[in-house]
Amino acid sequence: MATEQGYALPPGFSLRETRADGSQEYFLNMGPQHPSTHGVLKLVVRLDGETVIEVVPHLGFIHRAIEKMGENETFVQYIHLTDRMDYLSSHINNLCVCLAIEKAMGIGVPERGEYIRVMVSELQRIQSHLLWWGAFGMDLGAVSAFLYGFKEREKITALFEELCGARLTMNFFRPGGSNADVPENFLARVKEILEELKFSLDEFEVLLTKNPIIRERTLGVGALSRERAINYGCSGPVGRASGIDFDVRKHDPYSVYDRFQFDVPLGKNGDCYDRYMVRMQEMRESIRILAQAMAGFPEGQYRSKEKASYKVPAGSYYANVETARGLYATYMVSDNSFKPYRIKSRSPNFSNLSAINEMSRGGKIADLVAILSTLDLIIPDIDR
Amino acid sequence: MKAYAVNHPIGDIVRSLLPAPWAAIANGALAVAVIAGLVTVSAIFLIWLERKVCAHFQARLGPTRVGPFGLLQPIADAIKLLMKENLRPRGVDNLAYFMAPLLPITGSFLVLAVMPFDHNLQVVDLQAGVVYVVAVSGLGILGILIGGWGSNNKYSLLGSMRSGAQLFSYELSMVLCLLLIVMASGSASLREIVLSQQGTVADWWIFKLPVAGFLAFFLFMISSTAELNRGPLDLSEAESELTGGFHTEYTGISFSMFFLAEFVNMFASAGLGATFFLGGFLAPQFGIGPVDYALAAVPGVIWFFLKTYFLIFLYMWFRWTFPRLRIDHLLSLEWKFLLPVSMANLLLAATLVTFKLIIP
Repeated sequence: MATEQGYALPPGFSLRETRADGSQEYFLNMGPQHPSTHGVLKLVVRLDGETVIEVVPHLGFIHRAIEKMGENETFVQYIHLTDRMDYLSSHINNLCVCLAIEKAMGIGVPERGEYIRVMVSELQRIQSHLLWWGAFGMDLGAVSAFLYGFKEREKITALFEELCGARLTMNFFRPGGSNADVPENFLARVKEILEELKFSLDEFEVLLTKNPIIRERTLGVGALSRERAINYGCSGPVGRASGIDFDVRKHDPYSVYDRFQFDVPLGKNGDCYDRYMVRMQEMRESIRILAQAMAGFPEGQYRSKEKASYKVPAGSYYANVETARGLYATYMVSDNSFKPYRIKSRSPNFSNLSAINEMSRGGKIADLVAILSTLDLIIPDIDR
Repeated sequence: MKAYAVNHPIGDIVRSLLPAPWAAIANGALAVAVIAGLVTVSAIFLIWLERKVCAHFQARLGPTRVGPFGLLQPIADAIKLLMKENLRPRGVDNLAYFMAPLLPITGSFLVLAVMPFDHNLQVVDLQAGVVYVVAVSGLGILGILIGGWGSNNKYSLLGSMRSGAQLFSYELSMVLCLLLIVMASGSASLREIVLSQQGTVADWWIFKLPVAGFLAFFLFMISSTAELNRGPLDLSEAESELTGGFHTEYTGISFSMFFLAEFVNMFASAGLGATFFLGGFLAPQFGIGPVDYALAAVPGVIWFFLKTYFLIFLYMWFRWTFPRLRIDHLLSLEWKFLLPVSMANLLLAATLVTFKLIIP
């Protein structure tokens, strides 16, 4: 391959010798600018014709050293940085940091605050899954699905905007509750949104779930066995589709999740279809939780008494939550000061991405796109 | 069979004014000008229509700002595309890279030359019109293949190789569907095929051939969607997989040629569908005196455009509803399903024709 034509391989890469029939493997760079990587992820794909032999993800294009930045912010200031990781689960990320601080300082949360947390988290999960559903449709060529997904998502985003003034980077939860009470019409609006959502979800099932093309393209594609999923540390819908019965909300309940009845949908084969179905069912489970929370939504304070300062006693603290993509955890070490000594985030996307090579080996390029889409990656969460 | 004038009055006026050879040249030039105008106007209108139809499918409004109902939006787009620099990426094959965009548009241009728009509105009526149509529409495939190969880009190469496999396979079942109508109508001239559908709506080939006609129409719509490179069978473009497929490297005027060709092709293909299956320029007749009289009073060219745009709407409906197939599924759909079915359909139609179950 001639270098003057711009074909030079990057250092460290080599291709096998040309085979007897004159054919040759080749590398294809998918990304960092590619429509289906949904961000600045670069996949170096080794191909034989259209068949994928190997996928090597290249990370770090959007690395902002959030954990290091956190060491120069106070504990409460660090909350807003977690918005910038998994921006589709920003409320839930914020909650995780708040839980860690509350654990460290022994701060309690009033009943109403807990219910606000659960409701907002579940709305966020639905909102994230709706965006995923749209993007999944678009990746598989059903562009209209993208707009339908966004149309539904917009209602929840508008609600969040009224709630905290932001649509993406929320910065809403605080140690001891949230930074504001919910607006007066909150329950009524949630109710209205859920009614419409139930109807739309049925429509979505007709449009994509039952579509034979979607079934052909997802059934048996990108299968990941339970054992391998555990080895890769997959969590969230990706792990549950492979049959790992693990949901932090159920198995290590935080906030008041232990008061609500909900099921954890599981898949069997761990293929794209299972990952799709798990997310679709999760949205319905979230609706169930929201309905229960609305029924028991208490009056009272939304936040316990604010402290003059958040000086965390020396020690190390850990909190984990279930974001829309899986297990998100914060581990913070304090040396008895206002700023953390060290903060480490465990993000679900990094572990989920690591399984991509095993999933897509032997498939076609189109399968790789379907797998990427059902992994539901948020790249800033991987690079941090 | 009712006799219709073959010559358009304008052509007769030119002939009466000029000596024979000059008249032929003048008429040819007129025809080229009309077809070129039609290509440009219909492409611009189709771009607007596609954006509007797609927007309304997606609960949006589409272009509204430029001109009334956004009608001038495609013109604004065209100006933008023409003003852009026509880039030549490093390492492209010059001849192939710059020739490729011209081929698809030429193909669809040539197809329109035999399209019967009205009783006497047709550039040329070839005896082997169907063969000609199939032959020149192959130019589009060639353009995509050459463009993808000449771009020196792996995405383009993948896209063009896909389209090579896809278009050559789907051409088969499309030709079989057209062949069926040729067999039933007993002529390969597009004008004759339209005239063989005179009578009521039930005499259109889609209804006249029991089962076989509708099946052929159905197969024709699927395979022509593949031929047009439109979703859900737009594998050579596949923007979510191959970024832009065969036209990844093209910008400005070269890209707009591919873009234009896509829409003109759609028009030509829908026009063929209307000609072969829906009675072309013939007004729909229902056997009810006054209604028939009123419908027949509308000029044939308007009926042709109405039927064509109905089929175009179907193409758009497909595109904005279905997800994209995978390349191996696409090929097995053709070789394992469409081709055997269209062959069986051809046999069925042959039986019907042989045993005089329909009157050609």
